[in-house]
Amino acid sequence: MSNKVFLSGNEAIARAAYAAGCSVASAYPGTPSTEILENIAKFKGEIDCEWSVNEKVAMEIGIGASIAGARALVCMKHVGLNVAMDPLMTYTFVGTSGGLVIVSADDPGMHSSQNEQDNRTLGKFAHCIELEPSDSQEAYDMVRGAWELSERTGAIVMVRMTTRTSHSASLVDLGEDGLKRGAVEVKPYVKNPRRTVAVPANAREMRFALEDRNRRLLEESEKSPFNRIEDGRSELGIITSAVAYEYVKEVFPEYRILKLGFTNPLPVRLVREFAASVKRVVVVEELDPVLCNAVRLAGVDVTPYKTELRMMELNVSRIRALRAELLGEALPAAPVQPVEAQSLPSRPPTLCAGCSHRGVFYTLSKLKTTVCGDIGCYTLGVVPPLSSMDTTICMGASIGNAFGMRKAGFKGRLAAVIGDSTFFHSGMTGLLDVVYNKGAVTVVVLDNRITGMTGHQQNPGSGKTLLGEETVQTDIAEVARGLGVKRVHTVNAYDLVELERVLSEELDCNEPSVVVAYGPCVIAAKKLAGAIPHAVDPSKCKTCGACFRLGCPSIVRGERLANGRYASRIAPAACIGCGLCSQVCKFGAIASTGVPKA
Amino acid sequence: MNKPLFAIDSVTNITLVGVGGQGILLTADVLARTAALAGLAVKKSEIHGMSQRGGSVSSQVRIGRCVYSPIVPDGETDLLVSFDRLEAVRAFSSVRPGGYALVDACYLEPVTVSSGLQPAPADPEQTVEKLYAGRLIRFDSHAIALEVGNARTANMAIAGALSRLFPWPVETWHEALRLRLPEKLLDVNVKAFDVGRSSIVLPAAP
Repeated sequence: MSNKVFLSGNEAIARAAYAAGCSVASAYPGTPSTEILENIAKFKGEIDCEWSVNEKVAMEIGIGASIAGARALVCMKHVGLNVAMDPLMTYTFVGTSGGLVIVSADDPGMHSSQNEQDNRTLGKFAHCIELEPSDSQEAYDMVRGAWELSERTGAIVMVRMTTRTSHSASLVDLGEDGLKRGAVEVKPYVKNPRRTVAVPANAREMRFALEDRNRRLLEESEKSPFNRIEDGRSELGIITSAVAYEYVKEVFPEYRILKLGFTNPLPVRLVREFAASVKRVVVVEELDPVLCNAVRLAGVDVTPYKTELRMMELNVSRIRALRAELLGEALPAAPVQPVEAQSLPSRPPTLCAGCSHRGVFYTLSKLKTTVCGDIGCYTLGVVPPLSSMDTTICMGASIGNAFGMRKAGFKGRLAAVIGDSTFFHSGMTGLLDVVYNKGAVTVVVLDNRITGMTGHQQNPGSGKTLLGEETVQTDIAEVARGLGVKRVHTVNAYDLVELERVLSEELDCNEPSVVVAYGPCVIAAKKLAGAIPHAVDPSKCKTCGACFRLGCPSIVRGERLANGRYASRIAPAACIGCGLCSQVCKFGAIASTGVPKA
Repeated sequence: MNKPLFAIDSVTNITLVGVGGQGILLTADVLARTAALAGLAVKKSEIHGMSQRGGSVSSQVRIGRCVYSPIVPDGETDLLVSFDRLEAVRAFSSVRPGGYALVDACYLEPVTVSSGLQPAPADPEQTVEKLYAGRLIRFDSHAIALEVGNARTANMAIAGALSRLFPWPVETWHEALRLRLPEKLLDVNVKAFDVGRSSIVLPAAP
């Protein structure tokens, strides 16, 4: 009997974990990986799952569970793996007891990321088995067998997803027993420090064992059902993997293909056999030439091409350009956008109407502050008209970046602006560094009590776990005091007068200081329904444009007045009545309507 | 009933566009699940993450006997479903020559325009008429949503309109709605779907 279900790649991974008897799962939210744990949470009581504070902790939890004999899953977006590399690089020396599967969800094209990186290089660096699913079915099949593979070989399995494989959906055959919970068999823990304590003497032994393991993995790769030759014309043979395979099938339907799913280590014999069966070999893969280099190292003569496929997401058009180059065919004409459809006004993402971050950026901008920013919704503070962000590098970087700028002699007002979840993730260590090293950085924590950008996940400040259970609600101000910060203030993020008073004082104080700007996320707190919107009285509006400088999406152009300029108007649908606009209007033209929305 | 516009003899590409918050992703999901329930191969792809923040949103559904690429090749959309007139203009080059466009009457002024940062576009209604002449299916989902008494059902009215363009029975669509909607919202959404299904004015056969 087949069990066909329509699933995204991320949902398929959660189902596979359930069916494979995985019993511990940890992750830090990050697009495009977030939905894996959200779907695992549906199996509460059967899989112990958590939002970890950051990816390094998530990895350490997975490793601990593996050491104690359980099947563990650790998920993150590509940049999350950078954070988690430290434990991974040593646990790969130790080798797994219970199977350990990590999912790295890369973001080619940077749909919602600060950089583009191909984590297959990191998986290889960490001596992981690498599996690259092409669609939801393969994500399910590969992950379902991944723990058994990890336990049999002692290797960690890294499943490399991408935005496209994580967020596209198709029918998945779960197999006969796919709806059943897989048996959870936790291996007994046996104390064996030579195996699990990585001190130099033990690590040297592990190093040799690791090389033996890598040799054994080669055999696993050669016999993997995920590596297969699909027959076709032999003038050209294409080696491909992941979603690139789907584009190749669409564009080169008549040619022979080596479809690789188990890509590290590379099945060298199979690759050579394939190469010998075709006239010329090309490699088509998304992002870095990881397979291409490995194929060349296997002694295969790979035909180079000029078509640029190394950056950004692949698609059918780009592979068609490759076909035109390789086969000397004419390229179909690219679709043309007619004049009417050119230079249309854009719809950039903006901070939501009523967002508690808006007033902080407005004030920082007014105080002419240089802002080292961080990763989250609030990175949108960079967008005009707020335009109040100067740097964004990675999770938690704002504080260290600001401290570094000061060390370089930067004069003028300077703030590190960081969200609550990002502060817990890796801002606390930066703050401690400032205190310890006698720095003077003003840290503004935008405390909206949720991990917003990834779709409202719980965090240590929200008082709820991934499963929605009540837990300790960590107080950011108390953390700051505990780290040794003397100047700690908590401010209502919607009170512009108070924000300006506190921020101007703190920005000029020449001491470590923390300002917690408190205001729960309006979307997460479902404040829209029943909100009392504000309205503009056009008879009082002087068209000065002060309210527009808030960049609120519900403040729009209203009626044209006698002076030829436009009065402001508040579109009531999105307005939650936060009141920032009435505070910036010097003419008293904006006030609450007093009438709640239906 | 008329012969459906799309018989799915070969891979059929549907692109759904609009603005974050309009329920585009759910509509795409209902379409994809219906096709899957009808026994076809389907791939649905979407980009979200910023969708709740007023940005343009799109989702793509490919339906056929065998589907490889999860994204619609450039300029090969057979049916564009646009929840907003301006987005219908923006998406023009994604539609193949001769491809159809189901365009909702909604026009949300971009914040960039309302705040005066960018000039207002030429009347999107006229532009849509001109660009998609002869293959435009106009629709007013908001009116239907108001008729059934829940403004948030406009997307399911569009799904209902869509349903007339495909060869699957209405029961299959209802089944997909049941799969995706919470119990307490099911009835009102099915109602909006049914009204949408009966209100659509189909274009003359090509």
